[in-house]
Amino acid sequence: MVPTSYYLVLSAILFGLGIVAFVFKRNIITIFMSIELMLNAVNLAFVAFSRALGKPDGEVFVLFVIVVAAAEAAVGLGIIILTARNRKSLNVERVDLLKL
Amino acid sequence: MSATLIVFFVLAALAVLGAVNLIVQRHPIHSALSLIVVMVALAGLYLLLGAEFVAAVQIIVYGGAIMVLFIFVIMLLNAGEEEHTNFSKLANIAGIPLAVAIAGFIAATIVHSGQPLPTAAAQGSLTNTKTLSMMIFRDFVYPFELTSFLILVAILGAIVLAQRER
Repeated sequence: MVPTSYYLVLSAILFGLGIVAFVFKRNIITIFMSIELMLNAVNLAFVAFSRALGKPDGEVFVLFVIVVAAAEAAVGLGIIILTARNRKSLNVERVDLLKL
Repeated sequence: MSATLIVFFVLAALAVLGAVNLIVQRHPIHSALSLIVVMVALAGLYLLLGAEFVAAVQIIVYGGAIMVLFIFVIMLLNAGEEEHTNFSKLANIAGIPLAVAIAGFIAATIVHSGQPLPTAAAQGSLTNTKTLSMMIFRDFVYPFELTSFLILVAILGAIVLAQRER
């Protein structure tokens, strides 16, 4: 049987890779996808703890996280379309209107 | 090594490789496809953990709805290869060490945690979907209702943001 800590370590690795993608990617859509990757990593930790403690609360939280992620994706992609239309570019370095 | 452990390592390797491929690929559509691989592998891990309803929702909502939305937007905006700009020196210097440090710190905390966590499959059986629905519609009924408002607001927000102004 698989120990719970294996799942948690995998979750930490995926979260770290999500951070790397978030910091290194220049495309605004890919950055948004790395946020989804981090949310998935957290979901894995939720389910692993839920099973380890024998309580289904964690799985209910995962369902809520998925709902919030879907809402976030809809609004975020709307903002991305707007930004791409206004700036004519998907590069985050070009979105610098608030920079001094 | 038991069969469960082998399945776990195969799925974990698939998830990590997909995540690495997301970083390595320069075209956003390739990144999106590798993210789908990660999500399907995670759905397999949920099944291994015995959370069959969460696995189904993961495939339907994440692998289906959200990733289709992403791919629609990538094709709609005709996103090409990533430009190679190096405006941010800080990210190049600090990025990988910081991420490795955070992942290592979390992993070390898990490995050296005081009391050993019980094995995931100690409970054995699958989570009953009935139990899950009882929790959502009884204990978490107010958060559940709030999520429906959240989705309504998200729909309106997406329409208002993405429509062409006239």
